[in-house]
This record gives sequence, structure tokens and C-alpha cells, in this order.
Amino acid sequence: MKLLKFKGGVHPHDHKELSKSSQIMPVPAPEFVYVPLSQHTGAPSKPIVEKKAQVKKGTRLSEPVGFVSVPVHSPVSGTVMGIVPYYHPLGKKMDAIKIKVEGDEIEDGIGEERDYSNMKKEEMIEAIKMAGIVGLGGAAFPTHVKLSPPPDKPIDTVIINGAECEPYLTSDYRLMLERPDDIIKGTEIIRRILNPKRVVIGIEDNKPDAIQILREKVDGTGIEVVSLPARYPQGSEKQLIYAITGRKVPAGGLPFDVGCYVQNVGTAIAIYEALRFGKPLYERVVTITGGVNKPGNFLVPIGTPASHVIEQAGGVKGEVGKIIFGGPMMGLAQITDAVPVIKGTSGILIQLKNEVHIEDVYPCIRCSSCVDVCPMGLMPNMMEMLINAGKYEMAEKMGLMFCIECGCCSYVCPSKRPLVHTFKMGKREVLKRRKK
Amino acid sequence: MYISSSPHIRKDWNVKKIMYGVVIALMPAFIGSIYFFGWRAAYLTFLSVVTAVLTEYLFQKITKRKITAFDGSAIITGILLAFNIPVKSPWWLPVVGSFFAILVAKQFFGGLGYNIFNPALAGRAFVMASWPQIMTGRWSAPLHGSISGIDGITSATPLNLLKLHATDPAVLSRINSPEMLKNLFIGNVGGCIGETSALLLLIGAIFLFVMRYADWRISVGYIGTVFVVAWIFYLTGLTPAGPLFHILSGGVFLGGLFMATDMVTSPVTPAGRWIFGIAGGLICMLIRVWGGYPEGVSYSILFMNMFVPLLDRVRPKYLGEVKK
Repeated sequence: MKLLKFKGGVHPHDHKELSKSSQIMPVPAPEFVYVPLSQHTGAPSKPIVEKKAQVKKGTRLSEPVGFVSVPVHSPVSGTVMGIVPYYHPLGKKMDAIKIKVEGDEIEDGIGEERDYSNMKKEEMIEAIKMAGIVGLGGAAFPTHVKLSPPPDKPIDTVIINGAECEPYLTSDYRLMLERPDDIIKGTEIIRRILNPKRVVIGIEDNKPDAIQILREKVDGTGIEVVSLPARYPQGSEKQLIYAITGRKVPAGGLPFDVGCYVQNVGTAIAIYEALRFGKPLYERVVTITGGVNKPGNFLVPIGTPASHVIEQAGGVKGEVGKIIFGGPMMGLAQITDAVPVIKGTSGILIQLKNEVHIEDVYPCIRCSSCVDVCPMGLMPNMMEMLINAGKYEMAEKMGLMFCIECGCCSYVCPSKRPLVHTFKMGKREVLKRRKK
Repeated sequence: MYISSSPHIRKDWNVKKIMYGVVIALMPAFIGSIYFFGWRAAYLTFLSVVTAVLTEYLFQKITKRKITAFDGSAIITGILLAFNIPVKSPWWLPVVGSFFAILVAKQFFGGLGYNIFNPALAGRAFVMASWPQIMTGRWSAPLHGSISGIDGITSATPLNLLKLHATDPAVLSRINSPEMLKNLFIGNVGGCIGETSALLLLIGAIFLFVMRYADWRISVGYIGTVFVVAWIFYLTGLTPAGPLFHILSGGVFLGGLFMATDMVTSPVTPAGRWIFGIAGGLICMLIRVWGGYPEGVSYSILFMNMFVPLLDRVRPKYLGEVKK
């Protein structure tokens, strides 16, 4: 089937060469881990452990609250020191379970191979939920919710997202090279649950070796591997669906509205591990890159402070300018290196002081670059003007709420205007007004 | 450590780069103007640029604004204004024009990014209204050719020839000749300082399009429409000159490539830009054929500048937009 080109997008230098050839290395546990109770989109989970409780690797620490919620698990063995407000990548302090690391015991049963071939659909979804699995691409949306589409919206296309369009990040790339079989096994589980007509693994064409290895592995399974043109934000859900199926997710809608299901390659592995080995999601692959001495890809226990992981990557080579959780286009700059890695942390990018450019903001010269690159077809220049003038309703009419915050507009703006920032604030204001 | 909102990388360009890029793109035509009209072309351009920058600087200084006089945009206005006056103009004409362009058309509207009208064109319109005899009556021949582009006819520029001598069979027979078209293309005819050479303007504009400092849609829309409409008018006998004569004469290339494409005063959506260019080209031809002036470029663009806020409403459909 012919690939379609989504409108807009940008081509920043990807800098993936820094970390792409380094194998995934496990990070030894730090002295303390801080496991936030909220690491997913949805209601924070409720703790089920008390201070001084002894926990092992994989011990469940909390229970989900409501349907759109998942539990968290201990990534280490040790003693619970309490539930404390602690730094969170989202920029404010949130409740986290503090655990002092002692020994290296693992919860009973985790790692034993089990046969899941007779499990029912509902049982598999429940197992995925209780393993705390969320989308590992960044948004951290609970996977079991996506796997339970409403009965009137059947899924006919499953897309496994290996685009990894964010510059610098290579964690998905390494997983595709090192664990292609597990990705396919996880994909098969998703296929069993959703029973789609078509299963596609989409990978950007700047990762030809990953495409080749997966093409060899899918032979005979009926899974397609497609090579997507490398263009940011190719890995964004709606753009990916459009490129592969030609379908447009209705504004304000979700992928299942057009019969699609999109899941990151890392999540596919997590699903496989949960069913095959009973392993909950308590560690993930994180790319540590930018201004560190040994950029690479690391298997990091969830809750490990960034400082510990940065040390594993050889430490910062110079004066720190920015610590960014995620990639440079959508990642969040942190106020301290004490912030812990969470389920949605795909990378930590260090920018050195001399790499951070603080540029003069100029008036908009109406160059229209932002209009040209917006992958959602919005008019960032107009929306910014309206928000700054307090005309939120008009901004909403221009599609403000459909902004995916990909950052393309701010990236190209020659006047260096903080467009995405304004939209984030504007969206928050619109939601606040709706509540009233 | 720094904290800021995403994205954390930015494309390696800025307003200054764009503005100086446009200045560079105007250089072939500037050098050509010296070749065609002598050093006085450079002298008037220099006066115009200095006035533009100085006016912007002093206005910002006096009103205690951020000084942006050296960002290159005032230089562009200065060059374009000089390009739009005859080489025989007195020295104070570009000074007055530039002063008006920057002070009234640009700074009074709020400075770069806020002006509705292209400052250089507004300045030209001002001097045109104030000193029409200088602006339309003092043409001189290029140093190495004839004023009309045709050997032996020394009374008028190509467009005046069309307007005033359109019934003279001696003129009519040669107006679409290869000799005429060649001189128009190269720029070896009478006209304003920077408008005569389609070739040199095109070289600069290709640089602009490649660097994405200007949108080709506006230029193609504008010049293409002049071509098509001129062809229709030529075939129906409304104008004795063919489409090539029309696009190469007067300021169609200067206006269509460098002034209609001014980012600030043109629409931001692809559809809006097409409409802007096409409607501008159409108006230019209407003025040329039925208007009182031989030339319609500058007023057609100024006229379309007014519709930019309206054209910005021709917004693209966003992904997955549902019809209501």
C-alpha cells in the first residue's frame, strides 16, 4: 500500500549517532529510588505499602484507582522509607514511594516462563493492567485502556510504532536491533487481543538496519514492516496513522475512531514480558545523551534519580545548561538532576551551557513558516496572537485544542517566539474556563 | 541551569538572516543598475538606505523603543525605494521617500511586523503623488542602449511607448520584436533604477526561493497572471503588446519577486498567497490597460496589501477537521 506524506513537519539534525551504536546496559540500583504514584495519564494509583515494609524487585506498591489507572511496582529490593512529596518530571513535586535499596531479591514467580497461549482476552488485558504497563513512547497512556476499545469501534489496523522521530533518542532503535523477537511476540499478543486485519510495524528510514532485521523476523507472520520517510513528527500517533492508512483521526477523536491502534515497540516488549515472565514494568530503556562523556542506552530502574543515571553515562562534560527529560522537541527541562526516571522517560538529554541559546524574541514577521510546518494544519501565528490578546474562544475555533505540542512551529520561528509554550498555557486556560 | 519550554532546539536562522538574505538577493539588480545608469544609481540608493536606517534609529531612540534599525529590514526598504525612482531624480527625492516609508508606513503602524502596507511602495506612492513630473517625466536612456529598448526611438520608456504611441505603426511593428524583448529581459531600457533587468532580479529571487526567504507562490501567481491576462488582452486587441512584453516591462519582476513577497504585508496561508498574487497581477493589468498610469505594479500590490487580513482567513483545514 502506498505511503502518504503527512503535511508539514521539520528536519532537525537527529544527533542519533551519539548513542546509536551503544548496546543497552543495565544500570545498577542507586542508594534510594523514588517511585512516583502517578506515572501515567489518568488518576494516580493508591499506595498499598506502609513505611518500613520490605519489598522485592517487582513487588506491587500501589493499586489503580478507576479504569484509566495502573499500579506501580518496586524496581529494587529494600525497605520502604515512606511516601514523600518528591520531584516529578512534570515539574512539580508529587507523592512518591521512597525505597532504600538493600540486596537484590526478586519477587516470587517473576522470571519463570509461563504458557499464555490459553489465556482469555480479558485475562490478558487484566494481566497487562496489573503489570503497570503504559505507552512507553512518552505519553504514558495506560495500555489496557487502549486494548479495550468500545465494542462499536472495532480495530482493524494495529500499528507498532518504531518511528522514533525525536532527535537524539535511540532507545527504541536499540530495542529493535537487540530484541526484535520479543517485539514480534508482544505484537502477536496485541494481535490476539484485538484481532485486526492488518498489523504494521512503522520505522523511519534513517534506521535501515532496524527495518532489515525486523523484515527478516516477521517473515511468515503476516506482519508488515514499513519504512517511513524520516521527518519529525512522523512518530506522532495521528501523523503515523495518516501515513500508513490514509485515515484522518477526527479532530478531538482517538485512533479507535478510525479503527486504529498505535503502540510503541518498547511497550510491545513490556506486554510480552508481562505475560511470558510475569514481569511488571519496573525498569525501562532510557537514552542518556548530549553533553555526557559516554552517551548510551541504559536499562534503568524506575524511580532512579537522573543524577545517578548521568553518572553511569560518564558524567556531564562541562557545565550543565539544561537537563531535558525526553527529546529536544517535546522534552521537559528539569529544575534539578534529582528528578527520577519514570515509565514515560524515553531519554535524558543534557545540553551544556554553551549549547543553550537564549535568543531575542522578535515581533512576528508573518513569514508563515509555522503555518507551513504545522503537522495538524493549524495557524500558530494567529493562535498566538489571539491567546496573547486573551481571545481564547477565537483561538479555540482555530483549532487550539488540537495542537499536539510537537514544537515544529517554535522550532522554525525566525523571530524565536515561544509558540508552543503559549499554546500550552492557552489550552490550560480554555480547560479552566470550561470547568466553570 | 536553564529551564524553558520545549522545543529545546531551534532552526539556525532568524529575522536578521532573512533580512540580510533579501539584501543579498537585491545585489545583482543593484550592480546592474550601476552598469545601466551609472554611479548616480548607487548614490541615490545609498542616500535612500542611509535615510531609512537613520529614520528608524532616531524614531526608536526618541520613543525609547528597542533599537532594531540595524536588523536589515530598513536597508531593504531603502534599496527598494531607490529601485522605484528614476535615476534623474534629485538627491532629496529618495531621502523624502525613505523617510516617509519608514516613519509613516512602518513605524507609525508599530514597526516591523505590524505595518499593513509595504513601506517602500507606500514611500513610492507618496513621492509619486507629490512630484509626479519627476517620477514620470524624467527618464533617461541606459548607458549602453536606448530608452525605449528599440533602436532609433528615444522618446519614451517601453511602457510609455505603449501608452502614448500605441497607434504609431512604426512602433507597433517592433514592440514584440526579439530585439525589444531581449533588451527588456537584460534591462537595457529606460526605467526606474532597479526595475529594468528581469534577468538580474530573477537571479536574486531564485536565491530567495531556495533559502525560503520568499514564497514562490506569490511570485508565480502575480507574474503568471500578468502573463495570462496580457495574452488574453493581446489576443482580443485590448493591448498591442504581447504577454512577454508585459511581464518584462515596468516593475512586474521587481514587484512580483521582491515587493509582493514581503512577508509582513502578504498573507500567511498557501491559498491566501495564491489569491494575493493572482488578484495583484490582474489589477496590475487592469491599470495598465484602462488606468491613467502606464504602470500598475505598485498600486496593485498596495491595493492587495489591504486585503491581507481578509485573506488570512482562508485558513487551511486542520488534520481531521470535521464539517459542522
